[in-house]
Amino acid sequence: MTLAIDRDQAFLTEIRRIADEVAGPHADAVDREARFPVEAVSALRDAQALSGFIPVEYGGQGLSFETIATACYELGRRCGASAMVFAMHQIQVVTIVRHLEGSPWYADHLRDVAREQRLVASVTSEIGTGGDLGRSIAAVTPDDGGGYTLEKAAPTVSYGAYADDLFTTVRRSPDAEPGDQVLVLTSRDQHHLEPQGTWDPLGMRGTCSPGYQMRASFGPERILAAPFSTVAVESMVPVTHVLWSHLWLGIATDAFDRSRAFVRAQAKGRPDVVPPTAARLSQLMAELALLRGVVSGGLREFTDSIAADDRERLSTMAAILRFNNLKVAASEQAPRVCQGALGVTGIVGFKNDTPFSVGRHIRDSMSASLMIANERIHQTNASLLLIAKDV
Amino acid sequence: MTARVRQIIRDHARLPIDIDTLDDDDDLYQAGMTSHASVNLMLALESAFDVEFPDAMLKRSVFESVTSIVEALDSLGVMAA
Repeated sequence: MTLAIDRDQAFLTEIRRIADEVAGPHADAVDREARFPVEAVSALRDAQALSGFIPVEYGGQGLSFETIATACYELGRRCGASAMVFAMHQIQVVTIVRHLEGSPWYADHLRDVAREQRLVASVTSEIGTGGDLGRSIAAVTPDDGGGYTLEKAAPTVSYGAYADDLFTTVRRSPDAEPGDQVLVLTSRDQHHLEPQGTWDPLGMRGTCSPGYQMRASFGPERILAAPFSTVAVESMVPVTHVLWSHLWLGIATDAFDRSRAFVRAQAKGRPDVVPPTAARLSQLMAELALLRGVVSGGLREFTDSIAADDRERLSTMAAILRFNNLKVAASEQAPRVCQGALGVTGIVGFKNDTPFSVGRHIRDSMSASLMIANERIHQTNASLLLIAKDV
Repeated sequence: MTARVRQIIRDHARLPIDIDTLDDDDDLYQAGMTSHASVNLMLALESAFDVEFPDAMLKRSVFESVTSIVEALDSLGVMAA
């Protein structure tokens, strides 16, 4: 146990170093040029961070889920886009680790991910489904040679062009219902991504997430046996909301830290007077504390289910409601904190080239409510609240 | 009770196919029941049998077939009338 904790702590020390020395210094260029954070991802690969959660028996480091979540937070404090790429990769890895159900191919592939530090992205959204990830139009389709194909019109694929593997939701077969979905993992040599449109968004610019027409050919071993409906409620959805909220907390925390540094600089100029901005900073701290509370509560709910080895608990409507609520609450609170930081720093924070700039933080955090649209989640929760009892 | 459960599914689960074409053990979600329709089904069952499903029972596996629904109602003390 002590050994495991030492390993987790050493990992986080290295993540903080990468955040401070690599991700942070390149964050503005990544943002300005809307380019992939190659330096940070390369440093994460060198640190074997892409296999952090993979169990030791599959060649990974066997780190705890809390450690992965904390790593998302630490990276988020220095570069939101780097943190998002890291988080989304981990979501796929955690999902595979929890649902491979003894599949020898998936077990081998985890070893490949660890050895080659392969970056995994996901293709879950689809044009024509109204943003509902629980429905697909694209289907696993048998070809003439005993293999399968799929073709999917994805409105966004985060870092799709930079990923070694894609984890894609599709209907189980051409005649399956829209909600009867499976996940398929394909590698670079099996799929082709044809870009649709450009990538010049408001924030999270380094995630490089344009739309793609995806085509893939693959063997049956790449279809995850567990149905997506189970994988989604037991892993993919809660893990997504916990890891995303951690990196949003990281972004908001850095915005707060910058505004605090601004107030301290003012105070040092006139040590006898408490600057008026300090009162605003105090109010902002309360907002940040609310965000921290909701994020740590969400993490605890998930790690409690791991500790109790009770996945069933995650599939109850009350649990689904609470993880959905984590997502909407954190994604609405994070930009509020970032904007509050601008209220403290004023024009100095508004400018993009001062030590107190928070423009990138505001823009990055504004993506939070769009990634799985809050409006849709509220609709779902409105319905679940009619039936769930103790939420 | 099975017949009554089937009627409630017919009225509220909004299946794209006729419930009569499904066996008691067939998966309603695979047959096209959406999560949203499943909530309507749960509410209708609570109302029709005057029960409240506790949170631990409010999950997909409990409502995935006629059989599993009847078992759930049984466990809540609903008499097979």
